[in-house]
Amino acid sequence: MSNSKTSQKIAFFFLFLATLLIIVPVGLIIVIIIQKGLPAINWQFLSDIPRQGMRAGGIFPAIIGTIYLVTGAIIFALPIGLLAAIYLSEYSKDNLLTRIIKLAIVNLAGVPSVVYGLFGLALFVVFCKFGASIISGSLTLGIMILPVIITTSREALESVPHSFREVSLSLGASKWQTIRNIVLPNAIPGILTGTILGLGRAAGETAPILFTVAAFYLPRLPHSILDQAMALPYHLYVISTQVPNVDEKIRYGTALVLLALVLIMNLVAIIIRYKFRKKKKW
Amino acid sequence: MVKFEIHDLNIWFGSLHAIKHVNMEILSNEILSVIGPANSGKTTFLRTLNRLNELATNYKITGAAELEREDIRGIEIEELRRKVGMVFALPLPLPLSVFDNVAYGVRMHGERGKKKLEEKVEEALRQAYLWEEVKDRLSESAFKLSGGQQQRLCIARTLAVGPEVILFDEPCSGLDPISTAKVEDAMVKLKEKFTVVLVTNNVKQAARVADKTAFFLSGELVELDNTDRIFTAPKDKRTDGYIRGKFG
Repeated sequence: MSNSKTSQKIAFFFLFLATLLIIVPVGLIIVIIIQKGLPAINWQFLSDIPRQGMRAGGIFPAIIGTIYLVTGAIIFALPIGLLAAIYLSEYSKDNLLTRIIKLAIVNLAGVPSVVYGLFGLALFVVFCKFGASIISGSLTLGIMILPVIITTSREALESVPHSFREVSLSLGASKWQTIRNIVLPNAIPGILTGTILGLGRAAGETAPILFTVAAFYLPRLPHSILDQAMALPYHLYVISTQVPNVDEKIRYGTALVLLALVLIMNLVAIIIRYKFRKKKKW
Repeated sequence: MVKFEIHDLNIWFGSLHAIKHVNMEILSNEILSVIGPANSGKTTFLRTLNRLNELATNYKITGAAELEREDIRGIEIEELRRKVGMVFALPLPLPLSVFDNVAYGVRMHGERGKKKLEEKVEEALRQAYLWEEVKDRLSESAFKLSGGQQQRLCIARTLAVGPEVILFDEPCSGLDPISTAKVEDAMVKLKEKFTVVLVTNNVKQAARVADKTAFFLSGELVELDNTDRIFTAPKDKRTDGYIRGKFG
């Protein structure tokens, strides 16, 4: 008796310790980046173009570039992802084609991001002749986050109770009316969450934009979607490894801005999910 | 008048033969109750009449069900379901307001006029004996109503689209006796205008409200007769055994 209690206590201790360990890296990353980066943050840093070979000035073009890229990626990936998710969860039958599609999505999620970069280079930059541009980068990022959006949207759609669909159909609503009026509105929080998680991922990736859009040094705002742009993750890479004698403050400041951008997106996702969950009644 | 005619109906889900060679007629302005133990095919039979079974995969049907002499598979499915409404076992309000729940089906059939919708909603709620209780709460979430009110709301929602037949699938299984009595009252009044088919696990409920009673066992229709006869002098031993509570 006492023996089993002791072993239970030991087990609990180790389980708790393992869980506790998860907090450590997260906490350390945040603390170090804030500690080292915060001194760099001021209005000029956020709103000015980089100066003196990126050793001074601000990171405004990189922030704007990242926002453009993320927006473009979502404009491309959300409609396609959502429509695909609706098809897969509501219409598709379990046959060979569907299984191939599902397998493709799983594989798409597993492709390393640098491969997306290469793919984007071949397809959008070279073949479509978009050149290194915001549109090439956005499309590449869009393809990268498609699986996230499809998977989370599908889960959101499938979590709408089956009984709601039956009720709607039993009242003589068509399948499409049922999807539009009952299934979609109740799946929105899940879809939004997935979208924002996708956004966060798109904002943070370096490899896919490396060959498709990112400018090494472009101290102005992009003129059009066919223009190159700076972007936060690539800028961070550049000032950390490619340019000598960049003040540590500026590097960590850039990292902090990028981290804040992604964390804010995730926070928004959490808040949306929480609000809708509270409203949920089933 | 004969509303439904069922000819040699067979239904399979995969290898499960759920309904076996059922023949029957359902008359209008009557309550037909369908009784039988669990897994006897009652609900499957009911869901054949509005083709809701077809949502299941590997579903197969032979024979025919005719609504006013027209094979239901020949009727456009939205139109069939408008004519043949259904109230489910548990109160299943949609996550909408009381008003929007009742107006839902009407809207789906193309009615957009606010005035017309208000009329239809009020009429349906009155028919379901719910109007007085909810007339000041129309914009509240339907989930705020009590269980019994929710079930009457579901009845109103079904009535609002103007059905000819109403299928009840164990509508009182989640309700207390008082709410049950209210739903039963509503059903009895409804048969004046509609054809009512009631699947119930509660034999006493069948005895209370039904004009005719059908007894299903393992997918077969064992006996269909006037409710009085079924409960006093059933022809089949199995019917007798079931209503006396010897099995099931």
